[in-house]
Amino acid sequence: MSDFGNLYSKKVMEHFRHPRNMGEMKDADGTGTSGSPVCGDVLRLFIKIDKKGKEEFIKEAKFQTLGCGAAIASSSILTTMIKGKGLKEVKRITQKEIIKNLGGLPPTKLHCSLLASQALEKAIKDYENKKA
Amino acid sequence: MKKVYFDHAATSFVDPEVLKTMLPFFKDSFGNPSEVHFLGQEAKKAIEKSRQTVAKFLNSRPEEIIFTSSATESINLAHKGLVESLKGEGKIHIITSGIEHKAVLNTCQHLEKLGWAEVTYLPVDKFGLVSLSDLKKAITPQTRLVSIMYVNNEVGTIQPIREIGDFLKKLNKQRKKKIFFHTDATQAMAYLNCRVDYLNVDLLSFTGHKIHAPKGIGALYIRKGVKLIKQQDGGRQEFNLRAGTENVPYIVGLAKAISLINGGKKVKKLTKDLTDQLLKIPGVKLTGHPLLRAPHIVSLVIENVESESMLLLLSDRGISASAMSACNSDLLKPSHVLEAMQIPKNLLNNALRFSLGKNNAKEEIDYVVRNFKEVVSYLRKLAPRL
Repeated sequence: MSDFGNLYSKKVMEHFRHPRNMGEMKDADGTGTSGSPVCGDVLRLFIKIDKKGKEEFIKEAKFQTLGCGAAIASSSILTTMIKGKGLKEVKRITQKEIIKNLGGLPPTKLHCSLLASQALEKAIKDYENKKA
Repeated sequence: MKKVYFDHAATSFVDPEVLKTMLPFFKDSFGNPSEVHFLGQEAKKAIEKSRQTVAKFLNSRPEEIIFTSSATESINLAHKGLVESLKGEGKIHIITSGIEHKAVLNTCQHLEKLGWAEVTYLPVDKFGLVSLSDLKKAITPQTRLVSIMYVNNEVGTIQPIREIGDFLKKLNKQRKKKIFFHTDATQAMAYLNCRVDYLNVDLLSFTGHKIHAPKGIGALYIRKGVKLIKQQDGGRQEFNLRAGTENVPYIVGLAKAISLINGGKKVKKLTKDLTDQLLKIPGVKLTGHPLLRAPHIVSLVIENVESESMLLLLSDRGISASAMSACNSDLLKPSHVLEAMQIPKNLLNNALRFSLGKNNAKEEIDYVVRNFKEVVSYLRKLAPRL
């Protein structure tokens, strides 16, 4: 019904309307915050790491976002893309893949998904720094 | 789902009475007004009657009104047509404000690019007001046009058009070269005094679709004696200032819409009620002037809430509102109006505008306030603490 139906794909609107894994994580192993100099949006990603044998994997992921529909949907879908995945695999996730998983973003909104991939990179770095 | 339309500053529904008045001119009285036969003359008469209605509303003469397709076209014709008519003088100096509609700003930039004009963009104070003393200081011997909007479309601030008009009228008596005064009255038409003798303007632009006429019709008032060069060449329609077969049904509709303007007491009361309730919510602030504001616009910034997600969630609840933010503009730039008003950077993308109209009702205010509160608190919960 929304006039914005054409602005965003169904998938984006679905994640925007029902974001997965939203909220703060008090006991996160890694936290990454990224902000867009373009539009002022801010995204914070929390990750909890566990081990399966030798391999580290993301057990829990949560996010908090101040931003537009694309920023919120990018955050939400990112958490679903990384939960349960090995750290090595997660490190290879790019902005492009986030956009692809969302069924595309309008050209002026591509920068919003960059927030998500940057926050992920920072959260992993934060975890690795803490570990070291 | 309940539907509440609070975006009348963007566009308005066509009044059923307007539509009814227009319909015969599509099918029965469809003649070309330039033709001699009875159908042509019927159409011609309808246009001239409409011109009289518009003229009466502005307290001008009918021959000072021309019909265009939009306020944007009127603005383009007023600025470009005037500057072109003065071209023999060399570069013309124009004074406008930094918070004008893009129709004015981009037209001025076009004239600058052509090398035909030098433009001064006046600053505004934190309420979005242009000051007469800034304007006085900007005037040079080359100044030939001042163009200031009557009501700002984003924040609703009413500019001192009458004061500027009075000042320029007096100043012109001492000047060899007259300074012409244009105002974009688009957001003022339904609610404020737009008589040209009251405002002392030489040129006034407006559009129909903000006052319950359809999109695609506007008008320009041109004071007798002001010479414009036509910008659209062809036939000699509209006193040889705007070529093209007249859009008869829309012209008739515009006149009908103007005849239905009633001052907006009800809208004023509803807007005040909505404003009072919203401003009670923590972190919600009014933008624009607290008193000198149009009676249909509630413009806000909301701490920790981004405009677009607010608009989307309100839309999901049937509420149509509007906002200018970097993230929903094609150029990824925040509102030039809020920037000019020096709204803090962290609030530039947190703006929201409700604009009311004559069919809104008290219970819609309550519905919007309730949903506004819910959406704000949800989005704040979603946002990280910084």
